[in-house]
Amino acid sequence: MICVIVVEQKPLEDILEMVKGYERMLVLGCDGCAGIYQVGGEKQAEMLSSLLRMGEKTVHNKENSKIEASAVLRQCDKEIVREALENTIGDYDVILSMACGAGVQTVAEVFPETPVLPAVNTKFIGMQDRELGDLHERCRACGDCILDETGGICPIARCAKSLLNGPCGGQVEGKCEVGGYEHDCAWILIYRKLKEFGKLDQFMKLRLMRDNRISQSPRDMKGGIKYTGGGGE
Amino acid sequence: MEAYSNLMQAILDGEFVFTGELEPEKTTNLEELVEGAKPLVGYAVACNVTDNPQSMAYMSSLVASYIVQRDAGMETIYQLRCSDRNRLALTADILGAAALGLRNVLALTGDHVSLGDNPGAKSVYDLDSALLTYMIRKMVDEGVDLAGRPIHEPPKLHVGVAVNPNADPLEAEIMKLKRKEVAGADFAQTQVIYTMEKVDSLFDAYSQYDIKIPTLIGIFPMKNYGVADYFDKNIPGVSVPKELLETLKKASEITDKKKRKEKYMEINLDYFEAFVREIKKSDARGVHVMAVGYEEMVRELIARVRGKA
Repeated sequence: MICVIVVEQKPLEDILEMVKGYERMLVLGCDGCAGIYQVGGEKQAEMLSSLLRMGEKTVHNKENSKIEASAVLRQCDKEIVREALENTIGDYDVILSMACGAGVQTVAEVFPETPVLPAVNTKFIGMQDRELGDLHERCRACGDCILDETGGICPIARCAKSLLNGPCGGQVEGKCEVGGYEHDCAWILIYRKLKEFGKLDQFMKLRLMRDNRISQSPRDMKGGIKYTGGGGE
Repeated sequence: MEAYSNLMQAILDGEFVFTGELEPEKTTNLEELVEGAKPLVGYAVACNVTDNPQSMAYMSSLVASYIVQRDAGMETIYQLRCSDRNRLALTADILGAAALGLRNVLALTGDHVSLGDNPGAKSVYDLDSALLTYMIRKMVDEGVDLAGRPIHEPPKLHVGVAVNPNADPLEAEIMKLKRKEVAGADFAQTQVIYTMEKVDSLFDAYSQYDIKIPTLIGIFPMKNYGVADYFDKNIPGVSVPKELLETLKKASEITDKKKRKEKYMEINLDYFEAFVREIKKSDARGVHVMAVGYEEMVRELIARVRGKA
């Protein structure tokens, strides 16, 4: 079981629109999360660069665009990014990053004079289902973990309304109406788990409102020990 | 306990109460709503005014509740959803409601906004129905907002909540209702049900969890077959009894408009008069008739149950 930042490639026409006006581009894959899941790794960067070369010719009628592909181990690591690109960065007008939003911004911070554009949308923190190869959202990084009270099932990430006092009226036989009854109702899962543990008293407890300052962006962790939400400490 | 509203006074007096339902729509004109409320004065003790039902962006239930009370003389149960407002907006609306003379509020979590007519909207859910109940209780009883800040002249109103006897598993739903009772709900009204079996299983569960919230059973006389069929297919977890649906379908084949309408009335009155009489024998404290736009039916049903009671 691993967790990755899940990304999804943007539609090609959107990317083409984004790079309009640039002549020398580097499609930069990330062999971290995006690569592990084969959405934004080296191979995908090569594939995207071929598509862009075709697109530049057919859509933008440009024959001379220079589009190359490369990848780094982790775009969210400044040192790795610097070492990989410092000698060649001058060859490009633009970097098209296939990493998550953190990767895009890391590259942009390391090379502030080169525009870095996102070729993917960053979706969620995914937990992998090894058997099916699917990725599921199980944690929203909300900043205030209550898994101890909810049988190890997170209602913030898994309830469509992130309710603290579910289930709501939108569940039928344990399935959620949001998304067409495909997802399990988190609160019915919680109910069943706590029943199994003989802890329904915990289920019945009224959970008071969150202090939303805890997850107020932008968030920082200083020196690896001091957390601050955007709303203060 | 002090009653601030006619609804609560009637419940405290041990009356078997009737409430109706009004639905403001995407309009600035409330004439139809007010006219729909007028025939129920003296029959229903109060009417619910829905708040963006099924997440449709409609006219404010706060304003509509006020206008119905002012122009129709009908007390309202002001429905308020957490889907669209954070705790500041909810506080503001409760203070506003009290200033306008509204005396009952129904605290709802609210359908998910992605299922409504503006599906790309941001859903809020800063609070849920239990926490909204908790907040209103604090405002009314302690005279403070959710953060404990004092309110100059606190509001005086009653908080109702919803409960769904159709929920499966029912135990989870009942435990949720228990939280709302702990939070301080004054009354509850149920999702639509059609059979005594559901009424009985609900109150059995109440006694198992020692729940004492006065509860009104939700019923839904159906104006025509189309309404019944839509309801049967689209409301999660609720189905219209097959026999009743068939009878309504047959009635829909009557070509004469007046006769068809009369037949629908007859079918509904037959079914629901008997049902309400049975409900009266249970622990229910009344009936919430959710027949929007069918006031002649609601009025007749109430008259019959009362007349022969």
